[in-house]
This record gives sequence, structure tokens and C-alpha cells, in this order.
Amino acid sequence: MPLLEVENLVVEFPTRRGTLTAVNDISLHIDEGEVLGVVGESGAGKSMTGAAIIGLLEPPGRVAGGKILLEGERIDNLPYEKMRRIRGKKIGAIFQDPLTSLNPLYSVGRQLVETIQTHTDMTPTQARERAIDLLREVGIPAPERRIDQYPHQFSGGMRQRVVIALALCVNPRLIIADEPTTALDVSIQAQIIALLKRLCREHGTAVMLVTHDMGVIAETADRVAVMYAGRIAEIGPVREVIKNAKHPYTHGLMGSIPSIGHDNERLEQIPGAMPRLTDIPQGCAFNPRCPHTFDKCRTVRPDLLPVEDSWTACWLYDGEDGRTIEASKKLVAETKADALLEKNDG
Amino acid sequence: MAEVVAKKREARAKIRDAGGREVAMLKVQGLKRYFDVSAPWLNRMIERQPKQILRAVDGIDFEIGQGETFGLVGESGCGKSTVARLIVGLYGPSEGSIELEGRDIAGLSRQQMAPMRRRLQMIFQDPYASLNPRWRVRDIIAEPIRAFGLADGQAAIDARVGELLETVKLTARDGEKYPHEFSGGQRQRISIARALASEPEFLVCDEPTSALDVSVQAQILNLMKDLQREFGLTYLFISHNLAVVYHISDRVGVMYLGKLVEVAPAKTLFTTPRHPYTRLLLDTIPDLDMTGRERMPVAGEVPNPITPPPGCTFHPRCPFANERCRTEIPKARPLGDGAIVACHGIEEGRIPDGPTLSAPAKPEGMA
Amino acid sequence: MAETPMTTGRGWTDSIRRFFDGDIWHSFTRSPVTMVAAGITFLYFFMAAFGPWIAPHNPFDLASITLLDASLPPAWMEYGDPRFWLGTDIQGRDVLSAIIYGSRVSLLIGFASVILSLILGVGLGLISGFVGGAVDAFIMRVAEIQLSFPSILIALLINGVLRGAMDIQDQADLAYTVLILSIGLSNWVQYARTVRGSTMVERNKEYVQAAHVIGIRPILIMWRHILPNVLGPVLVIATIQLALAIIAEATLSFLGVGLPPTEPSLGTLIRVGNDYLFSGEWWITIFPGAALAILVLAVNLLGDWLRDALNPKLR
Repeated sequence: MPLLEVENLVVEFPTRRGTLTAVNDISLHIDEGEVLGVVGESGAGKSMTGAAIIGLLEPPGRVAGGKILLEGERIDNLPYEKMRRIRGKKIGAIFQDPLTSLNPLYSVGRQLVETIQTHTDMTPTQARERAIDLLREVGIPAPERRIDQYPHQFSGGMRQRVVIALALCVNPRLIIADEPTTALDVSIQAQIIALLKRLCREHGTAVMLVTHDMGVIAETADRVAVMYAGRIAEIGPVREVIKNAKHPYTHGLMGSIPSIGHDNERLEQIPGAMPRLTDIPQGCAFNPRCPHTFDKCRTVRPDLLPVEDSWTACWLYDGEDGRTIEASKKLVAETKADALLEKNDG
Repeated sequence: MAEVVAKKREARAKIRDAGGREVAMLKVQGLKRYFDVSAPWLNRMIERQPKQILRAVDGIDFEIGQGETFGLVGESGCGKSTVARLIVGLYGPSEGSIELEGRDIAGLSRQQMAPMRRRLQMIFQDPYASLNPRWRVRDIIAEPIRAFGLADGQAAIDARVGELLETVKLTARDGEKYPHEFSGGQRQRISIARALASEPEFLVCDEPTSALDVSVQAQILNLMKDLQREFGLTYLFISHNLAVVYHISDRVGVMYLGKLVEVAPAKTLFTTPRHPYTRLLLDTIPDLDMTGRERMPVAGEVPNPITPPPGCTFHPRCPFANERCRTEIPKARPLGDGAIVACHGIEEGRIPDGPTLSAPAKPEGMA
Repeated sequence: MAETPMTTGRGWTDSIRRFFDGDIWHSFTRSPVTMVAAGITFLYFFMAAFGPWIAPHNPFDLASITLLDASLPPAWMEYGDPRFWLGTDIQGRDVLSAIIYGSRVSLLIGFASVILSLILGVGLGLISGFVGGAVDAFIMRVAEIQLSFPSILIALLINGVLRGAMDIQDQADLAYTVLILSIGLSNWVQYARTVRGSTMVERNKEYVQAAHVIGIRPILIMWRHILPNVLGPVLVIATIQLALAIIAEATLSFLGVGLPPTEPSLGTLIRVGNDYLFSGEWWITIFPGAALAILVLAVNLLGDWLRDALNPKLR
């Protein structure tokens, strides 16, 4: 049984101009000790998915359909108090801005001790010792001294370490990390990623790593889900998705990332921008930007289809009209995403 | 159209000084900018605190040639954005000179600067803050046209605005809209159109793609390259993203705590980085090619620029630091292949060659 | 360098149009209390604008006033006269008509003094926030000193000084001006502080830096770029200040340093009627008092709603 199962999750935002569907019918699972990367551009619904799982959707957002199961039990319909206990005990959270996760008025020690004591029956002295151990474990030098300092006395990278310690302090089974390195400098980013990886290996904690940074995913995740306009475009083992992208969107995304050592004069670019939630096109949401669009894409919404080792929501792989997986893969791999631009220009 | 472009390019072919020698588009010498970040006078007297001086830019030299793209990389707080603002005159320098086509523009007043401004424009980082939310796009783009008197009459201005919008791959009709009706990438295009409106030769780009998604970033980078070719532009491109800088730059400067530690042609810098800090930065780039290489996280964080370490400011994080590094400030020295490095270790030849930091780094997490 | 002004001041009309567009209007239609308050406020404005045409009598036309009609109670009471719905005062003037004329005076002074303090406050706040340094410190210290006294005290002080500098005839002729000046000058601080705060935020935004890079003159940057972006909160303050200004005028008139009884505002009416409250002619003071209370309440409710509607956190 997987640790976390998300089935047909739908997240909606009622607004006065109608209801917006931010996450539209997505299913995924995370195994024990696994790192699942969720990657996508802003507005793809990746953060919403994370927030829905920990029950921290900001109103008026709401889970409008589907199920979320943790260790086989539903957690999406729990009353607030019960969910709060699960959040403390079984699911930890790390957010982009460490300042929002820490109370500026309490010392980091007090916040750690309180969290530990809420969820365990340790004495204050034991809890404090545990807190110091945790701070040492996340790489904060001189934890005996720094435990009594306040969040503003820590640098950005050190603060994120404190947040990680806070998320780890009751040995959760799952950590939802929403853009944990985005606000940090590159050299600090590398430190935090290495720390997250090490801790998860040692504690067997599963991580859902939400980020827009393909590089972070490539280094950290076991599997990756690529989201586009509220849906999963492609999901599979990270090497398979990055090196052997099936979905034209994933392929275009990979091509648009500049990388050192690749001397191409121009980057591949996907024309246009992701649609706003108010006007998601019919059929495949990617069809207006896709160089391979055919009739079916404009009318029928594709579900995830198994293609080799991963799953892809693309009609190129439905096996109809004599399309073979081999041929489609070749087509996607060899077409530059700008082909559509040139086609339209010409 | 093609004829006009060719003419423009010819006119801008080479800038020469009176003696007929080539002059760099931009030449920065000994540039410094200090900020006084002390508490107010009264508090300081009562608490007996000394003045606190933030050395945002602490003596840097570089040149940018005609039509070249010079990348400036560094972590937040290293002073790279201050350099941008010094060059366009948003801040006056504390010391040093900034020569645009051989004319010193450092510390000129607004009136004196006026004739130079047209040739020097800036693209900002945040596409949501760089356009006035209460103005229509056509007024935003028309502002420099009006300010510099580049077109006579409403009709001529409208035509020019439409032309500029099309240059950045938007349509003339988009001018009627307000900024909030556009996506981040489109706003950045509008920002570029405004910068181009005064027909500048030199664009200072301060993290122009950092707030954008990768696919949109690719569009903007491609557009900037196209515009450079079309109008013969010179760029100062500032970013914290090494891959982006590698992609767009001809030469790259690496900044650390207000100083340039290494300047080299992009290829050289990324294949044979010299300065230990450059190598550290290269080590931290996520590995998209999935070679299985583990990133080597390097210890420590950027020190406080108000109280920078003595000697080489990088020495507390440098695995090769010795006594000299702790006391003596290294000077920038040119190496044979066009690279300029400020490092005692390189000068003395005691740092092994190699793309990454081969010496054992301090354990992760140590400060 | 040619800096032609913006054609037809598009920035201005647009910001006003957009202000009433979309979310603001939507929240208005969702709030019945606000709609009632707006209705009442409009009614007062209408009364003030067309007072001479809608008032049943002209309380200042000596020819139409007779002492025979003096001190009549409201129409529905015993001895009431159907010509005078809300009764008459001791000189035989119709109370309803006096209220209509009085509201006109109160609103006029309220508006004029709000506009005066708005121009002064917004101007000083913009300069203070934009220029910074010693100029900022000076303006803000003056503001703080003024803020440490109740504004009605400041108004009384200014009023006293201005009147002291004039002879009796001028005092009567310039009563309006003196009142507007004293109320206006005592209320600019709040605008200045708010505008200064938002200006300091806007000043560092990149669109302002972009204008600097183009070389736009600082005064034009303030006027074209910053001002339209700091006006939202100012409109909220102005609405609430309108209510306060009307009360301030009433207070000054009640204290006898405002408008003379020959040109009564609501405050003057209350003061004059107050003398007869205990001799049984309560209507002479109660009705103007109620009229003032309703007006101030309605304007205040409008201001509260506007504050909430413009606050993105509460939307």
C-alpha cells in the first residue's frame, strides 16, 4: 500500500465570475520513503495540490472532488482539529519563505520544544535535548547556543534549516516541501537540497517536492509529475521523464532550459503562455501551443496513458490511426517546439 | 526597413576617440558605492555606536565592447544590482568613473545626463512592478518618445508605439490595454519595448528573466538575442542564474561582496573557472543531464557586507585560504587567455586546475 | 527636452473610471447598508444643491416671516400648522426649510475644507515621501506637533487668530472663508501621513525608477506616476473626514465662533434652538440635530465601506 494516495482530486475556487478549477482531476501516489517531484510553471496547480493534501487550502479554495488517503485512511474530509493533529504527527510542511513558518516572537527553541511536546509525551528537558539534536542534525553550528535565538537572528539558509528541523521533529511519514529553495541563493540551495536528501534517506521520510526548478527535481526526486493547467501531463521515474520525455509539453519545457555546455544560439521556446484558469481550452489544455495538435486534441481531454515506463496524457500515444509509440516518440523528440511558431509565421 | 537597419548598424559600427582608437561602449574604473546604514544620529550618540557603512560596490573595473553582452553573476547582496543602478544613474557613485563611449557620466546631474540617457536604458526584474498600473501600455511606451521628443504629433507617436509593440512580438492593439491584462512574459516584452523606444545603444538588464517561468524565460532570452542582432545592441546582463548568463553572454564577470573576483570570456569561465568562488558557483548548478554527479554543497554563507572579512573576502569559505589570503586584499591580474582573476592562490599557482573544487570541502553545514 | 503633458490627462480620468469599475462596484451592490447610506447622502446633496427650489419657505426672506407663526410645534401635534411640517422657531421661520438651507451651508463648508486639507495634505505628503531627508523630517515634525492637539482646538486657534486680524465687517463677510481655512488647516495631517507612507513604497518601485532612467523631471514623476497610485486610501480618508469636517463646523458654530444666525448652518440652528430646549420648544434644536446625526452617520458608513472595499485583504 502506498503511503499517500490521491485519487481524482479536484480543487476549486469559487469567484464571482464563476468557479475556477485550479486542480482538475489528478491522481498520484507516493510510496514510503520516496521523493516525488511535482514540477510546473506558475499557475499549473502544483502548490494547490500540496496545500490540499495537508488541508491548508486558503479559502475560498476547496476540495471539490476526489479522495486523499494517508496510510489507507481518508484525510480530505477530516474535521479541522483531527487534521491538525495529523499535520503535526504524520505530515510535515516546508514552505518557500521560512519567515512565514516561524513565529518571529518566539525563540526557535521554544517553537521546536512546543511542537515536540504537543505530539509526544516528553518532559521539557527531554524535548529541549531533542530540539538541540535536531538543530545539529540539520547542520546548524553551535545548536546549544543558537536554540535560544530568534528567527530574525538567522540567515535565510539557516532559517530554512530550522523549518526543516521543525517539520522533522515528530518523525513524520511525509513532508510536503513547497518551493523550499526558491527564496535562497544558489550556493545555499545546494546545501538545503543535499540536507533534505540526506535526512529523507536516513529517516525514511517520503517527500512531495513542489518546485518550478527542473534542476532541483533532477537531483532530488525519484519520480516526477509534470503539471500543466491543473492536470498532470506526464508522470514517471525522473530519468525517464527528463531524458525520454513523451509529452510535447515536457519536451518543450526541457528544451527551453538553458544549460551550461550546450551551445545553441537559440533556446527552444514554447509559443504563447499557459492559459489562465478562466479560459482553459477544450480537449487537451496544451493543444493551442502544441506543434503536433490534431482534431482529437481539440475536442477530447486526454487521460494518462501508460507509455513505456511512465504515464503521459497525450493522444499521440493512444495507438489509434496507426500511430505507434515509437513513431510518436520520434516525432516529439525531433520536432522543435518552435515549429508551431514558424508554421504560423510562414 | 532592411536598409534602415543596415544604416543604423553602420553608423554604430565602431566608436573611435579623437585619435582614431576604438573606445569601449562602457568602461568602469574603480567604481565604488557605499551606503550609510547607520541608525539615526541621536540613537547613535545615545547607544555609542559607530557609523555603519555598507560597501555595496567596492572598487570594480570592467569594459564592455560594442555589440557585446557582458554577464554579471553573483549571489544576492553581492552588489550586482547596485552596479546596474550606478550605470544608469539611479545612484551616484561614491568613487570611480563610468565612461559611456569615452565620456564620463559618473555623478552627472539630471540635466547634464539628458543627452546620454537616450542611448542608455534599463530593463528591470519584476514585470509586475516595472509598469505603472494606472497607465495604458501605449502611454507607458510613449513616455520616452515624448520625453526625448523623438516623434512629432500624436499620430507619429502612435505609429512608433505600434511599431515598437510589433518589434517585441505584441500587436499594436495591445497598446490600448492596461498592464494587468498581460501575463508576466508579455509585461516583460512591454518593458523591453519601452527601453527600445529611445533607440538606445546600450541596455542594462537587471535580472530580466528571474521572475519568469522557464518557458517564458526562453522566449524573452531569444527575443533579446534577436533584438541585439537587429539593432546592434550592447547588453549588461545581470543574473544569479549561471546557465542563463552562460547562454546569453560573450564575457562574464563574477561578483562577490562588492568586488569582481573573476572576469573571463563565457566559454573560458565555464570550462576552466579559476577563482575558487567561481568554482563553488559552478558546483551548485543542478545537474540536468542526470550524470549522477552529486552536487558538492560548499560550506558557509555570504558574510555581512557591513563587516566584510579582512584580506580576500572569500577566505572564510575558501578551502585554499592561507595566511596571506586572510590579511592581504588580492588584486585583479590578467591571465593569458583573456581571464582576469583576483586570487592569491591562482597568482601563486597553488590552486590545482580543474572545473570544480577538488580540494576537500569543509563538512556541509559548518559556518 | 520636450515634455509635452499627457494628452487630455488620460491617467486621471482612467484612474477614476477604473476606481468605480469592477470589484468596488460589485461590493457596493452587495451591501444594503451602504446602499441606504449612499441614498441618504445623495438626498442631502440634492437638498443642498437645489435647496432654494425645494424648500417650502425661504427662512431668510423677512417679508414672508411673521411672528404670528412663531414657535409652532410640528404639524402632527396639537396647534401644529400643516404649512410647517417640522414646526417653526421663535421668529416664525420654518424649521424644515432652515434645515435644508442649513445642510447646504454645512455641506459646502465640509466639502471646501476637505478639499483644502486634501490638497495641502496630499501635496505635503507627496513631497515628504518623495524628497525624504530634512524636508521630510521637517514636514513630519510639524505634522506630529499638530497631531498632538485635538483638531477642534487647532481649528479654534486658527479661527481666533484669523478673526483677530480682521475688523468686524470683514469677519461677517469672510465668515465662510475663515471657517473653511480653520477646519481645512486643522485636518491635513492624516492625508499627509498616509500619502507619505504610500509614496515611500511607490518611490522605490521599478516603474518609478524606469521614469528616472528616462530622465523625467521629479515633479512630473510625482504628479503622473506616484499620485494616481497613492490616491486610493486618500479617498477613504476624505469621505470620513467629510463627516468630521461637518461636525467640526457644527461645533464651531455651536460655540458661537462659526457662522452668524443670519446664515445658519446646522450647527448654528442647534445652538440657537438649544436655548429653547427647556422651555418646551424642543423641535427647534432636535430636528437640526437629527438631520446632522443622520448625515454624518451616512457619510461615515460610506467611508467605512470604501475602506473595506479598497482593502484587498478583506475582499
